Amino acid sequence: MERTWNNRAWFLVLPVLLLVAFSAIIPLMTVVNYSVQDTFGNNVFFWAGLDWFQELLHSPRFWQALARNLVFSGIILAIEVPLGILIALNMPKAGWGVPVCLVLMALPLLIPWNVVGMIWQVFGRVDIGLLGKTLSLLGVDYNYVQDPVDAWITIIVMDVWHWTSLVVLLCYAGLVSIPDAYYQAAKIDGASGWSVFRYIQLPKMHRVLLIAVLLRFMDSFMIYTEPFVITGGGPGNETTFLSIDLVKMAVGQFDLGPAAAMSLVYFLIVMLVSWVFYTVMTNYGQES
Amino acid sequence: MLELRNITKLAGAETHISDVSLKLERGTLNVLLGPTLSGKTSLMRLMAGLDKPNSGTLHFDGVDVTGVAPQKRDIAMVFQQFINYPTMTVYENIASPMRVAGADRKTIDDAVQRAAALMKLTPYLQRMPLNLSGGQQQRCALARAIVKNAGLVLLDEPLANLDYKLREELRAELPRIFAEAGTIFVYATTEPSEALLLGGNTATLSAGRVTQFGKTIDVFRKPNDLVTARTFSDPPLNTIVMRKSGDSLALDGGMSFPVPAHLGEIADGIYTVGFQPHHLSLTPAGAAPVSIRAKVIAMEITGSESFVHLNYADVRWVMLTPGIRKFETDETIEVFLDPQLLMVFDGQGRSVTNRQPLAA
Repeated sequence: MERTWNNRAWFLVLPVLLLVAFSAIIPLMTVVNYSVQDTFGNNVFFWAGLDWFQELLHSPRFWQALARNLVFSGIILAIEVPLGILIALNMPKAGWGVPVCLVLMALPLLIPWNVVGMIWQVFGRVDIGLLGKTLSLLGVDYNYVQDPVDAWITIIVMDVWHWTSLVVLLCYAGLVSIPDAYYQAAKIDGASGWSVFRYIQLPKMHRVLLIAVLLRFMDSFMIYTEPFVITGGGPGNETTFLSIDLVKMAVGQFDLGPAAAMSLVYFLIVMLVSWVFYTVMTNYGQES
Repeated sequence: MLELRNITKLAGAETHISDVSLKLERGTLNVLLGPTLSGKTSLMRLMAGLDKPNSGTLHFDGVDVTGVAPQKRDIAMVFQQFINYPTMTVYENIASPMRVAGADRKTIDDAVQRAAALMKLTPYLQRMPLNLSGGQQQRCALARAIVKNAGLVLLDEPLANLDYKLREELRAELPRIFAEAGTIFVYATTEPSEALLLGGNTATLSAGRVTQFGKTIDVFRKPNDLVTARTFSDPPLNTIVMRKSGDSLALDGGMSFPVPAHLGEIADGIYTVGFQPHHLSLTPAGAAPVSIRAKVIAMEITGSESFVHLNYADVRWVMLTPGIRKFETDETIEVFLDPQLLMVFDGQGRSVTNRQPLAA
């Protein structure tokens, strides 16, 4: 076949190329540029090669933060996904309860992160907060500023409160799309409640669950605002996640080179783990 | 025998099923025929025990089963949608009712293999239902119903979502497959032709009522009332108002002809007559055909037949005629009607030519 060249075609893809260039490629390349150089400002750069990456991968601070991130995301998924499914299963399917539940569920999602942080920061304070004061009056030793376990619990509760709704809404969408005939067929077969969940509802929710797990993983892995507002990464470094460490390094210490290297590694980890989740869950779907 | 006694089902302010009484014998094929929303599915749900009637009782072999849960009844049901468990193989799907019942491995395997062979699913037993074609998915659902070997098999428009060829094929097989000793087979459909092809008995439904129940061919040929005749006609039943005075019948529009033998007994007065689209013809037929001049409104041509939509005295009729015909729109043509075939209904829509008790 004769190949024809038509350079005008480039003009058609130009807007997209420009958009992607400015929104993704140029910022990313800027970070790559910083990550292999050293700078003290004034646009003076010194070549550093892969030094920053080597330094980062040998830094216990990075590995500790990464471990915190993985543990945190693990806990978040382990709580929010089953809880979200459970709530979605118990939501009404028809009648006046549907809009009420949907609005209640959507409410936390509409609140900005920093506001959520402020709400819980005040709510949990031992001196004036409703939760903190009540707990201390009940004799529970709760202080998120000093106790790392309490700080973790607070951040986890905040995230669960803020984001379980997303899992609920996605699962609910999957559940209401199941035709009634499935439930009738199961009823006639005499299938148990567990069988209905295992063989009808779960398979039908499988796709939305994949999206829910991916979104919740990526979001929780990038956790920043909650620990920042609550304790700024403390007590000590106990809630210093990768994102907080990164901001400290870039904005606090102005170490742009190491921060850029860390950004790239952070980005690659999120991509890698998301890809693993996606592959595992889609393969599971095909096999079963 | 399944017996419904004065079953009524309300949903809020709406009446879904209104005072239905039916007796379905073991070893029979029973068609529920009616348009969408006439109550076919509601009635099946009641028979299955998925819903409880607001009044009336259900008896199975003389035992009152009105409040009994569906899994405790001896039933199988197939739906219009293809319902299979998506994460189980075809084999496991077919086996699932027996697994719930707790049968042993050998019994299950024999039953599954037999049902799969009947439904031509043997090569697909290890596949997932969603990887099968629509027809195969529905066969899988049917096979599940077969292995259950239930006393009552409910099929709710099982072929409606299949393409034409598969529908023809399965329709021919279904009665044979389920015609095992002692099974009551209930089949819901919106299509009169499907009821006729299946044979057996037919109950026509309209607005939640059973308007007539009897042998399919009898209900079709001798409807008790206008509603039944309309339900059992596709394309729609042709009707016109008729006046009888003495020895002469006059149709609306001035056409008059002598009273045919089967209408000799009826009193003078105004009636509604109905006749099927194939009762109109382009050539004279019967003993004393009536010639009618009507205007062509539209033509529909299928492969071997033509539907001619006609306007006679401002009433719309459809004529079904063999072969491919070409008429111009607004052309006036001569058609013939055999008065022997007329169904005549009185002012209340009851047939005056045919009186049968409601439940045969």
